Amino acid sequence: MAAKRDVRLTVNGVAYEASVEPRMTLVDMLRGELGLTGTHVGCEHGVCGACTVLMDGRAVRSCIMLAVQADGAEFMTVEGLASEAGELHPIQQAFIEERGLQCGFCTPGFMMTIHELLQETPDPTEEEIKDALGGAICRCTGYESILKSVRSAAKKLQALG
Amino acid sequence: MKPVSFEYFAPTSVADAVSLLQEHGPEAKLLAGGQSLVPLLNMRLARPTAVIDVNRVEGLDYVREDGDALAIGAMTHQRTVERSELVQRVNPLLHAATRLIGHPQIRNRGTVGGSIAHADPAAEYPAVALALDAEMRIVGPNAERLVPAADFFVTYLTTALEPTEMLTEVRVPALPQGTGWSIQEMTRRHGDFALAGAAVTLTMDGGACSDARIVLFGVGATPLRVQQAEERLVGERVDATLMSEVGREIKTSIDEPLADIHATSEYRRNLAGVLTERALVEALERAA
Ligand SMILES: Cc1cc2nc3c(=O)[nH]c(=O)nc-3n(C[C@H](O)[C@H](O)[C@H](O)COP(=O)(O)OP(=O)(O)OC[C@H]3O[C@@H](n4cnc5c(N)ncnc54)[C@H](O)[C@@H]3O)c2cc1C
Ligand code: FES
Ligand code: FES
Repeated sequence: MAAKRDVRLTVNGVAYEASVEPRMTLVDMLRGELGLTGTHVGCEHGVCGACTVLMDGRAVRSCIMLAVQADGAEFMTVEGLASEAGELHPIQQAFIEERGLQCGFCTPGFMMTIHELLQETPDPTEEEIKDALGGAICRCTGYESILKSVRSAAKKLQALG
Repeated sequence: MKPVSFEYFAPTSVADAVSLLQEHGPEAKLLAGGQSLVPLLNMRLARPTAVIDVNRVEGLDYVREDGDALAIGAMTHQRTVERSELVQRVNPLLHAATRLIGHPQIRNRGTVGGSIAHADPAAEYPAVALALDAEMRIVGPNAERLVPAADFFVTYLTTALEPTEMLTEVRVPALPQGTGWSIQEMTRRHGDFALAGAAVTLTMDGGACSDARIVLFGVGATPLRVQQAEERLVGERVDATLMSEVGREIKTSIDEPLADIHATSEYRRNLAGVLTERALVEALERAA
């Protein structure tokens, strides 16, 4: 076993420290070491999008990044969407209203992907929405309700200014 | 944990990365965006004893104009290339190819150097590098060298890079003014690796074709330049009949591509011809 290494990172504004083997993936550290099980893990080779988190504002696959590479970076996961008081984020609210989820397995990854999209493109075109979501797989909804959720979330966020 | 156990290093300079490669021998692997390497680690198809993470190496993240070429640092994210106005202006073919790589979430991490060094035969960058006569700047323990794309891609996932060398820059000549271009591919789903694809440039001069490049990907062990087809175009007035003939000839002239669960050899060959014709049609429209 290779020597463990210390990793310092920020997740949802909270500073964390962990000591991990170099071969541990980021998603395994988030879930297993930090107890942040909101991020899901599906295919573990970058294809399904379930494990998507924001790293320094960019949507990335946490299953194909090593935990040690996270040192010094700032992350946002699905747990960071709702306010501390428990008020749901407009993206989450939109998913409820538009039935953007069924089993919920893919949902954290979709939400982080949508978060990046709407931060950069507050009023995305249909094409832009599909391009961003093309990298995430949902086995339940048939996607239509997720597309509706994005449009609804965009409106909600724009109304908030 | 899925990968085998390995030692991990995070050098901050090219010189340190190269000396780590020397120290740890052929079982060491450089880690760039990790979008190809980490899936291989997770599946234990790669079992390196040492992983040398070059994400903290300074000064390899840039896109700049250098004479008639674009110089792109190896650690530049594909997403940066996609968003670069300079790339869009100077080399729209490179820009279009970038948009075909995986998904935005993959391009956020994947690097230019990683894609070229990995040399997946179905990847877009190697094909475009060959179509545009790109050159790879390679740094080894004792020397630096520039290798043209034609000599760089050796076979399936194998390049001219020695185990102790690192790719540091890719130099892509600008697309000459007036040259038409196109990249066409077929994927099973948006963002997947191509089943087959074609990258084409076409220069017209006074109604006749003065230069043509046709590079296929996903149909051989490396990106495949089809000189025979290019020669059919040069000197000719390119019209629909000729473009469709060239497409048809490709279907029968190229070596049988590998078959896998996604597509038969015959289907890939057929696609190569169809996509070449489509690419020629689009390139001709764009040629001034
Ligand atoms: C879901 C998914 C879809 C994808 N779809 C596509 C697609 O459609 N088209 C496509 O082209 N790619 C696709 N990719 C692959 C992606 O483009 C990778 O980013 C790329 O192949 C490798 O780049 P990287 O920076 O991630 O390199 P890594 O994965 O870190 O490295 C890949 C290999 O190159 C070596 N290497 C990396 N950098 C250097 C260097 N500077 N010098 C020497 N050796 C180096 C590494 O040692 C390793 O062997 C996809 C990946 C995923 C996960
Ligand atoms: S679990 Fe990471 S992309 Fe599927
Ligand atoms: S809601 Fe079940 S996979 Fe998407």
